[in-house]
Amino acid sequence: MSVLAAPMAGSRARTPAGRVVATLNHWVIHIALGLIGVIWLVPTLGLLVTSFRPRSDIQATGWWDVFNLHLTLDNYRQVLEAQGMLQAFVNTVFIAVPSTFLPLAICSLAAFAFSWIKFPFRDTLFLIVVAFLLVPVQVAFIPLLTTATSLVPDLQLTRGYVAVWLAHTAFALPFGIFLLRNFFITLPPDMIEAARIDGASDFRVFSRIVLPVSVPAIAAYGIFQFLWVWNDLLMALVFVQDSSKFPMTRAIQNLLSQYGTEWHLLAAGAFLLMIVPLIVFFSLQRYFVQGLLAGSIK
Amino acid sequence: MGLPMPAELTRDYAAVGGRIAARRARGPEAPNYGAAIFFLLPAAILLIVFLLYPSLYTVLLSFNRGRNGAFEQWVGFDNYVRLFGDPDFINLSTFPPSGALWNNVLWIVFYTSIVIFLGLIIAVVAARVRYESVIKAIVFIPMAIAATALAVIWKFVYSPDANIGLLNAILGNFGVSPISWLGDEHLVNFALIAVGIWGSVGFATVILSAAVKSIPAEVIESARVEGANERQIFFRMILPMVSLPISVLAVTLIVNVIKLFDLIYVMTAGGPGKASRVIAFTMYQQAFQAGQYGYGSAVAVVMLVLLIPIMVYNVRRFRTGAVT
Repeated sequence: MSVLAAPMAGSRARTPAGRVVATLNHWVIHIALGLIGVIWLVPTLGLLVTSFRPRSDIQATGWWDVFNLHLTLDNYRQVLEAQGMLQAFVNTVFIAVPSTFLPLAICSLAAFAFSWIKFPFRDTLFLIVVAFLLVPVQVAFIPLLTTATSLVPDLQLTRGYVAVWLAHTAFALPFGIFLLRNFFITLPPDMIEAARIDGASDFRVFSRIVLPVSVPAIAAYGIFQFLWVWNDLLMALVFVQDSSKFPMTRAIQNLLSQYGTEWHLLAAGAFLLMIVPLIVFFSLQRYFVQGLLAGSIK
Repeated sequence: MGLPMPAELTRDYAAVGGRIAARRARGPEAPNYGAAIFFLLPAAILLIVFLLYPSLYTVLLSFNRGRNGAFEQWVGFDNYVRLFGDPDFINLSTFPPSGALWNNVLWIVFYTSIVIFLGLIIAVVAARVRYESVIKAIVFIPMAIAATALAVIWKFVYSPDANIGLLNAILGNFGVSPISWLGDEHLVNFALIAVGIWGSVGFATVILSAAVKSIPAEVIESARVEGANERQIFFRMILPMVSLPISVLAVTLIVNVIKLFDLIYVMTAGGPGKASRVIAFTMYQQAFQAGQYGYGSAVAVVMLVLLIPIMVYNVRRFRTGAVT
């Protein structure tokens, strides 16, 4: 399918000299790509191998010493139990799941209004949403923390998950609304008009027609948002104050500051953090890339 | 380096969407206030409470001493004067300059250009081989994982202990004594930028690969028949045709740099000393570690101001698309 694959096969390999050049080019390309593959794979692979090596081995030899390889699950056991990574894993799930579904619901609703409901200043309001896309989370930190404590000192929003859920959701909105609105407006108007003529309410049009046909777009955005919050450190740093509720990113950050050279723990911890995104990535790669390219190939 | 906000990437195509919207989405004849309020209310409340109100609050607080985040003492531009006089933030009196803001400049120059360069090379070259999708997937993996995990992976590679750090082990084979990549104030920023590049090339590859493939095969083929060589095809045809995706990508990467935090915080905590601080790190450090809320707000406002030209550019682009 690729446009650039063509010359390898034909055109320039007509003369013997041309054939030599083509073969040489071919090898240069394979070697260069092989090198790129190695550079992008080896650092992660090294940490993976390390996460299964006993502590004494890690201190004695490098992970690349494959002739001296003993594997163990002790590091994982230790980091999950003694270092509380199991709790942190559960906490990450508690943070990530609502922080994915809340924006999905709210963005779909708003995107529907921006695409299929008529109201004054619709385009202006939408442009404001587009402008909000780049507002950095940093501008929200101080006001939200001080207001939260002055309004409800006893409720202590940051002791639980509510603050981080809402912060993740709010900052996901501009992008989610933007993305879904751009998808919703490409739906055939006839389909929506027909339903309205039949007497369907706006909510019915939304829930029975627009949502079902938009599943791929919503899923692509959902995967994206899920990975975003799963991997987040900064929001958790500011909005999760109770150490028993820390997600994995914070737990690893703590491990690093306490045991900066205990690589058996760090490696196992980092892989526990990576495992879910890697599964999501490999099983849903198509949606993932689609989300990234969102509409760009059209 | 984790996922970037791909928002900016869709901007160009928003123009197309906008046009379709203008033509089609006229909706029913009369404005429907009830439905509009029902569908927009949750989003509006959150945007006002979590984005609009805090932004205004932070801007005002940056002109205040802001002890404990309260408006207690108006200080005018004092926080900004202090900030730009602080050599830890920006120091142009030495050569090379230093400070957090300068480090962001280093990031923008090296990270952005090298990510785009490598992304384009890999996109074009990988298209010539059968295992293209494998290479793209390998390069893309760092995009899916957390910046925190990237930081651990690379702290490991950079370890000064040659029994642990792969990089020093390799250099050791050539008789080079171990280098403390993250402990040397002259090396640390480049060591971090290299990690950032490693984390983002996959993103650039995917975007640019799609752009390169959208060039019709016949166009390239006919140039080849006319006798154009590969270099001419690359520089005279492919490069101009992907210049728009490249500029969009560049803007996205620059936004990433301005918001860059997790990687720095986990890998070096701004150190050694203050050598690898960046603006988003300075904001966090001043506000939450030093407790200087007014001063920290001024840093946040500088971040916002740096992003405003890009915001305006987005909106303008979207509008021109929507109007026609």
